[in-house]
Amino acid sequence: MQAEEKQLQFADVNNDVIRSLVVTGRNYYITLGVAIFVTLSCFFFPWFYQLFYGIGAAGNNHPAVWGTYLASFIFWIGLSHSGTLLSCVLHITNSEWRKAMYRSAEAMTLFSLMVAATMVMVHVGRPWFIHWAAPYPNQMELWPNFRSPLLFDVMAIATYVTGSSIFIYMGSIPDFAAVRDRTTGWRHHLYVLLSLGWRGTDTEWHRLGWAYTFLAVLIIPLAVSVHSIVSWDFAMSLVPGLHQTIFAPYFVVGAIYSGTAGIVTVMFVLRKYMNFEQYITKLHFDNLGKLLIVLSLIWSYINVLELFTGWYSGTSIEYEQLKYKLFGFYAPLYWEMILFCAAVPLLMISRRIRTSFVPMLLISIAVNIGMYTERFLIVATTQSRQYLPDAWGIYIPSLVEVSIIVGSLALFTTLFLIFVKIVPSVSIYEVKETMDTPRKEGSSIWQETMETPKSENGDPAW
Amino acid sequence: MSFMDRFVSGWRKYRKPGYYEDFDYAWTMTIDLDRCTGCGACVTACQAENNIPIAGESELDRGREMQWMRIERYWEGEYPNTKLKFIPLLCQQCDAAPCETVCPVSATYHNQDGLNTQIYNRCIGTRSCAVYCPYEVRYFNYYDHHWDAPLDQQLNPDVTVREKGVMEKCTFCVQRIRQAKDHAKDDGRRRIKDGEVQPACVQTCPAEALVFGDRKDPDSLVSKSMSDPRAYHVLEELNTLPSVVYLKRVDADAG
Repeated sequence: MQAEEKQLQFADVNNDVIRSLVVTGRNYYITLGVAIFVTLSCFFFPWFYQLFYGIGAAGNNHPAVWGTYLASFIFWIGLSHSGTLLSCVLHITNSEWRKAMYRSAEAMTLFSLMVAATMVMVHVGRPWFIHWAAPYPNQMELWPNFRSPLLFDVMAIATYVTGSSIFIYMGSIPDFAAVRDRTTGWRHHLYVLLSLGWRGTDTEWHRLGWAYTFLAVLIIPLAVSVHSIVSWDFAMSLVPGLHQTIFAPYFVVGAIYSGTAGIVTVMFVLRKYMNFEQYITKLHFDNLGKLLIVLSLIWSYINVLELFTGWYSGTSIEYEQLKYKLFGFYAPLYWEMILFCAAVPLLMISRRIRTSFVPMLLISIAVNIGMYTERFLIVATTQSRQYLPDAWGIYIPSLVEVSIIVGSLALFTTLFLIFVKIVPSVSIYEVKETMDTPRKEGSSIWQETMETPKSENGDPAW
Repeated sequence: MSFMDRFVSGWRKYRKPGYYEDFDYAWTMTIDLDRCTGCGACVTACQAENNIPIAGESELDRGREMQWMRIERYWEGEYPNTKLKFIPLLCQQCDAAPCETVCPVSATYHNQDGLNTQIYNRCIGTRSCAVYCPYEVRYFNYYDHHWDAPLDQQLNPDVTVREKGVMEKCTFCVQRIRQAKDHAKDDGRRRIKDGEVQPACVQTCPAEALVFGDRKDPDSLVSKSMSDPRAYHVLEELNTLPSVVYLKRVDADAG
């Protein structure tokens, strides 16, 4: 808190961020231990049981062959959406406030995608043959089915993982170099490898800037297409309630919405437990809050539109689906979703709420609970009411599924906890770009840390 | 022939290979609902012929029954004036099957007989075909099923036993069709004669409500049966072009 009294210096940034990597408290180890334990016991153990036993361990049945695994898959893909996408958009529009938060947001993207890919493995009946869905040359000349939206999905997600991991890695190279110069031992060797011999010359900065912008432009359409394609898995079916053209924008908006809420949650935690109070400020929460409220309004609009389309179609099947969704077995969940995703976020109209941390945390968690419910409802309500009433049925998730949902959260947390100790979770060099160029007077830290303007961590402003 | 014409015809051929327009056979089944008594013999025959596992009571409660052919029942009216309507439902072997487009590994595809086939070995169990199927006739193996002795002795050796995590469905008894083709070839014939092959359900139906044959042969029994004015497809509006034709029940009470 002394930061508000003292002007933040360039050296402080290095010190703070590197401290977050090197100095590890007991709380971190306890959290990591708990996260790993929960991952093993709630995710991997039930999954192995299911592999051994069959998908019957989940609650799926005859009309509802898809279950929470697929809902979780969409949820995690959705959560991945804001990180890299938001970072790219804000990079191109030159938003200064992006710079303190984008690294952790991009990490969120990467790890959500990893968890989503794992959810696919959990979902399919024979995951040991999952590589058949990839187009690789083989002796039998058997190729996947290129007409299948699921195959588009495999392609889109693989591209997105590749793109966003290159993007986060490339943006971190100068930071790895900065850490390299300040660490010893095994860490030093690790960062020597990771920084790819970065020296901070003008040419290097120029190339990095160019490539970074290039990738940012490339990733924006990619991110939009990924969730559109995920939506086609559903929209290309004939199932009433799924077979709608609004699905692609619906999914994309929903994804960015839940992803932005996810960023708010992650930023709160980082700010609180990694001592980044000076970097992640009220400004970030304010701006993200504004974004959230816009997204919430678009999301609500699309929901109304979806209902309208069902009603306007005038067919008994769509009517039945609509009635079932609003007043049927899953109706309480539907109204919970409306409450959490359409009503509660309206609180953020007030600037007081946007700039206070705990309410923002609560709202962001509520939004993500609502968004998970939305994904669950997309899968559950539609499958329960299809064309032939004889095949109607109700799907209730089993204990194994619930455990895997909890476990996947822990898996994500584990990955993120490991990440914050390896990669600087706040961008050192980009935060410095937002600061005033330091002057000699009034900064005693310079002499202490031996940091000179020509230091190897490099900064374009110099 | 200009370059453009050659290109266009080549493209068309690439987009629509011949076998997609012109199958060797077009296996079709007609189900006469006026003759059907709902006895369920076809269901049992199918179960025996195709090694369909018996899911059991508890699984039935959870909605995981395995029946490639099922009799759907619909009650109409209030007691005591209730009326039961029923319709046997099996895989419709659609010519424009939604399930075929969605399978990422092409485990289900259209073969040269116009059949919608399921390759158990290739299936990875995404279950999307079952969601895409509007008739809900695809069944998933939630477990490795087993047959208690001595039931394991009556498994059909011509049909595989499916592993857990695999989708399965009615094949129009493709093993019988294959056998009939082999016999025809041995006899030096090019085509199977009408009535030479029958799926288990058709063979069993005591009321002869089910007729099976090749609709490309205009003299076949099934072609004649199809031309009945009562003929209709289930969920015809979805344009899946099913190969199962139902003959409507004529209701005497309806006047």
